Amino acid sequence: MTLVKTKIGRRSFIRTSALAGGGMMVGFSWLASCKMTPEQVNNLPKEWFDINGFLKIADNGLVTIMSPNPEIGQNVKTAMPMIVADELDVDWKDVIVEQAPLNLDVFQRQLAGGSQSIRHGWEGLRMAGATARKMLKQAAAKAWEVPEAEISTAMGRLEHKASGKSAGYGEMASAAVQEEKPDEAPESIEAPEEVELKSIDQFTIIGTDRKNVDGPNIITGKPLFGIDIYEEGMLTAMIVHPPAFGLTYKSMNADEAKGMPGIKDIFHVTVYPEDAEKQWSDGGGIPELVAIVGESTWQCMQAKKALQVEWDTPEALESTKSYGDDLSKLLEAPVEKPARADGDFKKAFAGASKTIERTYTAPFLAHNTMEPMNFYANVTADKAVLKGPIQTPEFLEKTLASVLKMPLEKIDIDMTRMGGGFGRRLYGHFGVEAAVISQKVGAPIKLVYSREDDMTQGTYRPAYKVNFKAGLDANNQLIAWYVKGVGTNDDLIFENRFPAGAVDNYLAEKNSLNTKITTGAWRAPRSNFIAGAEQSFMDEVAELAGKDPIEFRLELFERATSNPVGDPEKNDYDPQRYAGVLKLVKEKSNWGNGDKARGVSAYYCHNSYVAQVLDLNMNGNQPQVDEVWCAVDCGIVINPISAKNQIEGGIIDGIGHATFSQMTFENGAPQQQNFNDYRLIRHSEAPKAIHSYFIDNGIDPTGLGEPSLPPIVAALANAMYKATGKRVYNQPYILEKEVVG
Amino acid sequence: MASFNLKINGTTLEVEADPSTPMLWVLRDHLKLVGTKFGCGIAQCGACTVHLEDNAVRSCQLPVSAVGDQKITTIEGLSENGDHPVQKAWLEVDVPQCGYCQAGQIMTASAFLKNNPNPTDEEISTAMNGNICRCGTYTRIKKAVKLAAADSK
Repeated sequence: MTLVKTKIGRRSFIRTSALAGGGMMVGFSWLASCKMTPEQVNNLPKEWFDINGFLKIADNGLVTIMSPNPEIGQNVKTAMPMIVADELDVDWKDVIVEQAPLNLDVFQRQLAGGSQSIRHGWEGLRMAGATARKMLKQAAAKAWEVPEAEISTAMGRLEHKASGKSAGYGEMASAAVQEEKPDEAPESIEAPEEVELKSIDQFTIIGTDRKNVDGPNIITGKPLFGIDIYEEGMLTAMIVHPPAFGLTYKSMNADEAKGMPGIKDIFHVTVYPEDAEKQWSDGGGIPELVAIVGESTWQCMQAKKALQVEWDTPEALESTKSYGDDLSKLLEAPVEKPARADGDFKKAFAGASKTIERTYTAPFLAHNTMEPMNFYANVTADKAVLKGPIQTPEFLEKTLASVLKMPLEKIDIDMTRMGGGFGRRLYGHFGVEAAVISQKVGAPIKLVYSREDDMTQGTYRPAYKVNFKAGLDANNQLIAWYVKGVGTNDDLIFENRFPAGAVDNYLAEKNSLNTKITTGAWRAPRSNFIAGAEQSFMDEVAELAGKDPIEFRLELFERATSNPVGDPEKNDYDPQRYAGVLKLVKEKSNWGNGDKARGVSAYYCHNSYVAQVLDLNMNGNQPQVDEVWCAVDCGIVINPISAKNQIEGGIIDGIGHATFSQMTFENGAPQQQNFNDYRLIRHSEAPKAIHSYFIDNGIDPTGLGEPSLPPIVAALANAMYKATGKRVYNQPYILEKEVVG
Repeated sequence: MASFNLKINGTTLEVEADPSTPMLWVLRDHLKLVGTKFGCGIAQCGACTVHLEDNAVRSCQLPVSAVGDQKITTIEGLSENGDHPVQKAWLEVDVPQCGYCQAGQIMTASAFLKNNPNPTDEEISTAMNGNICRCGTYTRIKKAVKLAAADSK
């Protein structure tokens, strides 16, 4: 039995009008894609009762569950309500899901990032469902005059077996309110201070396949995304940002453009005044831009072509070519102090029987969410209403308060479904831009980036370079490991991850190169490169030791388990869970048999463990992945059908970027501007099949949106080696040369 | 500005627009049919795919003045109740992640299956190659196209 503190305000059973609450949703999304049957029309809810901000119950038994966190395609909009619904004990078919607005009085951590929504939300969501269930039981106990402990619940109904009494949740909520003062919460039913959560074997929804709640709306083209917002009186806005990193606004000639059809205004705009209190989430937001406001997107695009903007060059501009050398120099330069040092690496390496040293590189990457950056804003003298795709609404609100000089309570932010995030929408400068433009034109506007604006704005995955050294003793035991990583505006290394703790003499160093090209979190930050490099190197070390790559890794996990090096508390991984996924993928892939070129890799990030085996054929210099087997330990899986989708997506995304993608710069100017010159993986290049397996261990759930991406890069590289006899060290692999860093 | 009578999803709609305006923006900005998505504007990603008569075309490269009497079908008009075999297969396989590219994927797949009801895996890959999915739902898309083909028999 798990008892948790409820952490919920002591409010309950607040009547809301059918239109203000979930009632609207019935018309909007619940049945939007199918025709309502006469029975459904007759059974529309007349009243809703808000239980605790997380959920509302209708008189007819429908339940509206708020999904608190932003939805970027990680499918929390299905998974989070599933957790609430399970603890509430309702039938999933009676559940309507609604995206919550930013409201930190009710919800915690309304952020999509670091694959942490479910991990951090887990207890709170369960508590919200369990609290509501307990309160319904209290209401029933009172109405039926029976002990609460004798009342059971299932599928949205309350039952008292001994007396034969039963009622639906909707009836009971309705009766509880009617009985007391009709518009107030019944005094005798309060949110309990603590509630009992279900045990794992009592789950009826968690762990079962539930399809994407927005699926019917997605496949029929309903307005779901920020870019789909069209409000009365709304104008469209586009921006012009500096064409190269390091340039600043000088002047413009907008005479012709201003006279073009549909154009309302063109002006220079300061997005971030000097006194603005910026948040980390403002990232690479450009302080000064040119804004074009018009009636339609196409008209703004035409005016943009006619507009002439001049830019100043206050400092020397940077090119990717020089970064390669700069990062190399940084790799060779001594660091002040190591990130972690166990034993004596230098001595052990010098005395080793066999040694190996390798360097790996990767270029900048753009996020390229399929929905370009956009945001709706309506800023008036006393209110700011914003809607759009944002992973960090809380931080956007703080920046807006500073930039608009408006108190937080006058700023409303609604989160729309996002056409991809991958970290890009952590950085909400586009929301600030929309607000500032709306304020200046005095009208509601929707800011829309062109694909070129989106791809050349910045906030890229950093370029990286990493050097590894390893030493084996006469018995082919790994006795020395060195890693030094450098990156642009990022220092790459997780010094306490594997193989730290498994090698007697271990040294980790890191450093960062400041560049004008702005960088940010990109799906599985740092892990997205270091995992591929580390696990490629591990493959070569295993080969040098003359050992099977899986057995070699398992030996190291055994060492880290039985006799860890250094303080085991410092190692931020569990070697037994690591070994668990590797053993599972070994079995499922039938490792060691067959004649396919195959590679293996394993990695831990976002609190989850992933091991993969990959088979491929080479088509010239291009790998064609045949099959992938993937074993995952992310604790309890909320929604298996969707969890597998995340795993598959991360694998395809990882293979694609490592094989094909790169951003390069000349004199600060991005050389790739759209999908004709920035190559993303396409359908025919994806694996033929991906098989996913989950460890069933009942541990609280951890990250799933990111962890399958990092290791696949090495499974791919290691299989390419098996196919060609040649190791690959520089991404994108298809170029067979170092692009940057 | 000029006036156009467009046959869209079975009805004739009148639109005032500059003749150069791509159908993508006529659909979205003028008619509020927002299921057709903007992805790249240069016919590289497929998010804006619609049917012109029975063919899948990129609406970002189709000026409104070039449409004439030809029938346009968007995702909103593919079926009355979201029950086109391709749409049903998409739900059954639970294809979408973020969902943004999926209308374009569905429009490409439905036009393709009309011309080739019994495709091989390779033919599916070739047909779907112009539609990018950054989330990486390609394996599910293939499964759904095959399921739709099987269900249409």
